[in-house]
Amino acid sequence: MIRWLVGLIGVSLVGAGLAATQALAAEPTEIGIGYLGVAGTRSTLSLVEQPAENDGVAGARLAVEDNNTTGKFLNQRFKLEEHRLKEGEDPVQAATALAEHNGFIIADLPADGLLKVADGLRDHGTLLFNAGAIDERLRETDCRANVIHVAPTRAMLADALGQYLVWKRWSRWLLVVGSHDEDKLYADALRRAATRFGAKIVQERTFEDTGGARRTDSGVTLIQRQMPVFTQQAPAYDVLVAADESEVFGAYLPYRTWDPRPVAGSAGLVPRSWDAAQDQWGAIQMQNRFMKLNSRRMTALDMQAWTAARMIGEATSRTNSGDVKKVTDFIKGPDFSVAAFKGTRLTLRDWNLQLRQPILLVDGRMVVSVSPQEGFLHQVSELDTLGYDRPESKCKLK
Amino acid sequence: MKSGYRHNDAAPPLPLAGEGWGEGVSARKNPLEERALTRIASYEATRPPPQAGEVNRARGEGVRISRGWLLLALLIWPLAAPAHAFIAYVSNEKSNTVTVIDTESWTVTKTIKVGQRPRGIEFTRDGKFVMVAVGDDDTIQVIDAKTQGIVDTLPSGPDPELFTQDASGKVLYVANENDNTVTVIDLEKRARIGDIQVGVEPEGMTISPDGKTLINTSETTNMAHFIDTDSRQIVGNVLVDARPRFAEFKHDSSELWVSSEIGGTVSIIDPKKREVIGKVTFEIPGLRREAIQPVGIGMTKDDKTAFIALGPANRIAVVDTATRKVTKYLLVGQRVWHMAFTPDEKYLLTTNGVSNDVSVIDVAAQKVIKTIQVGELPWGITIAP
Repeated sequence: MIRWLVGLIGVSLVGAGLAATQALAAEPTEIGIGYLGVAGTRSTLSLVEQPAENDGVAGARLAVEDNNTTGKFLNQRFKLEEHRLKEGEDPVQAATALAEHNGFIIADLPADGLLKVADGLRDHGTLLFNAGAIDERLRETDCRANVIHVAPTRAMLADALGQYLVWKRWSRWLLVVGSHDEDKLYADALRRAATRFGAKIVQERTFEDTGGARRTDSGVTLIQRQMPVFTQQAPAYDVLVAADESEVFGAYLPYRTWDPRPVAGSAGLVPRSWDAAQDQWGAIQMQNRFMKLNSRRMTALDMQAWTAARMIGEATSRTNSGDVKKVTDFIKGPDFSVAAFKGTRLTLRDWNLQLRQPILLVDGRMVVSVSPQEGFLHQVSELDTLGYDRPESKCKLK
Repeated sequence: MKSGYRHNDAAPPLPLAGEGWGEGVSARKNPLEERALTRIASYEATRPPPQAGEVNRARGEGVRISRGWLLLALLIWPLAAPAHAFIAYVSNEKSNTVTVIDTESWTVTKTIKVGQRPRGIEFTRDGKFVMVAVGDDDTIQVIDAKTQGIVDTLPSGPDPELFTQDASGKVLYVANENDNTVTVIDLEKRARIGDIQVGVEPEGMTISPDGKTLINTSETTNMAHFIDTDSRQIVGNVLVDARPRFAEFKHDSSELWVSSEIGGTVSIIDPKKREVIGKVTFEIPGLRREAIQPVGIGMTKDDKTAFIALGPANRIAVVDTATRKVTKYLLVGQRVWHMAFTPDEKYLLTTNGVSNDVSVIDVAAQKVIKTIQVGELPWGITIAP
């Protein structure tokens, strides 16, 4: 009897051992993620805000590490392949090359480049994640079925700011707009926000970009003379709202306005998807992980790329699959959501594949507030009080 | 010693309602007992001496009290004073303090300064010490329940948040959010004796009633990891909804409940099959789905009722564990996180982070009966065994 029992145990042990060996022997499912960005960095007025060379992709790298920690338990392995477009390089060609090994591509490209890539990869089955472009038209008239938008839109950013200013009862805005196209687009979004939430733009001024260097040795003296003059004789207003995506004048405004008024928009109180100061909702752990990996603080673009790569990881673990079609269907489906340290689950707007998300209002040192603000109600999701809602949308996904 | 009166040298359990005062309980340093005995003694003076029965010599005064008298005293006891006299410790994440609450008077008796960002808090099994994880100081501080002062620290590893002990109270398992590990600590030697690699941002920690399986939940990996406590190896992983925060076994080991803060659900796992066999979902009229974020779970000893803290929904859900449906929502303070039962299970105390208070729930009546102001952002709570 005992011998029989011992034998049985022996057999089951061998069996268990075999099963374990088989499990170990199975090759992990490889999930390739491409990262397509533009070489070089743009110039900012503030040296502190100057983006790092790896702005964006650093976030994707962290998410791939996080995905791999989870992947250990599911026998999935994630790989990141990065490509930076040099000047004049064809984005479609580069994207096609990336798509050979990667079912998913995170793109940080200007709107036109992204559209070309989306159309160029249309029949590849590759899923694109727009991590950088905030243009409305990519989610509206130019929306595409193979592009998920992780970056917020200009309207979402402007609405987030608008709600706060109205909540604060700073409802008379002096709008100062730069002379570049993006500045004008941002001004459009701000005007829309003012109308939606009941603020009044008491006057608009344009700040012409006359060229010149961003940094000069005696710059401060000059700016200190220019900005008060530029902002004087304004009608009574509560807050100066600047639309300066081109980094020409915005950061020069705080503390230099003729009337003592706060500044918001492109300087002062700024709406962003993420900030280095964000530490609520468990974010501190991720901020620490990011710091450890990249030896710098995390930007909004880093977070947008992190979120994109985590969306992929979330979907591969939920579906227990690396199959691009299956994962894509799950991401676009009704059960998808992702946690991204913003106090609420993030889901996709099914009509244009835009990620719903709270927007932080930051001053460069602290998170001042998070929108949507209390009291701005919506029948589906309060996050849909930010940006264009379903009934307004012109998107027809194809 | 003003406020250190709840525990005597032997740290016995405080008498529960319905248990006999003076029976095998030392009364020397417990004013509550003192009072009880005095009352019995004075009551006795107006009555004929008891017939027969046990002699209580605890106070060495030769007061003879029969079982019958004890019973009578117990019957009148609730009229004279509440039968719930326990002591609760609450960690205040923002003010870096631990608030001590007397559950007889429902008042704050002491505020203890601790390290940076206190969160997970638990009594040692013997009731002598309170351990509190101070994440930003990368350690767990040990508070002597007698003196209510910090007497020691434990080598927890970086950023400890929640922890659990084995049944003997000898081994402590700590979730370290910053480096994806669970740290194993020998509580007697106060030494780190091992690490277990788990998923991203380990948080919830619990141990099976038989002590064989340790459960850890990882917030970004979204799993409950099953760890064999002998081999300290992961033996199973169960995927749950987003951001699992807390895990709790039924006392009969038949089910493991795991709350998912961002997913908005509580997964019910069969620990043998290691499969999700059900989910508790929540729906509160007038509240968005996103505002319902389950975190803390409390299970009654009979396993029939579960209480689930719903975070910014400001409510505790009462769940019938048989049907797995919510039977009632109790409105508590803002952003309710964790909870603890009094040992007699008459009351359930919850920490409400944003309103900086603790709600007291009458468990049988399923009603909130009291609110107690504590420090800023109360997070965890433990009650003396």
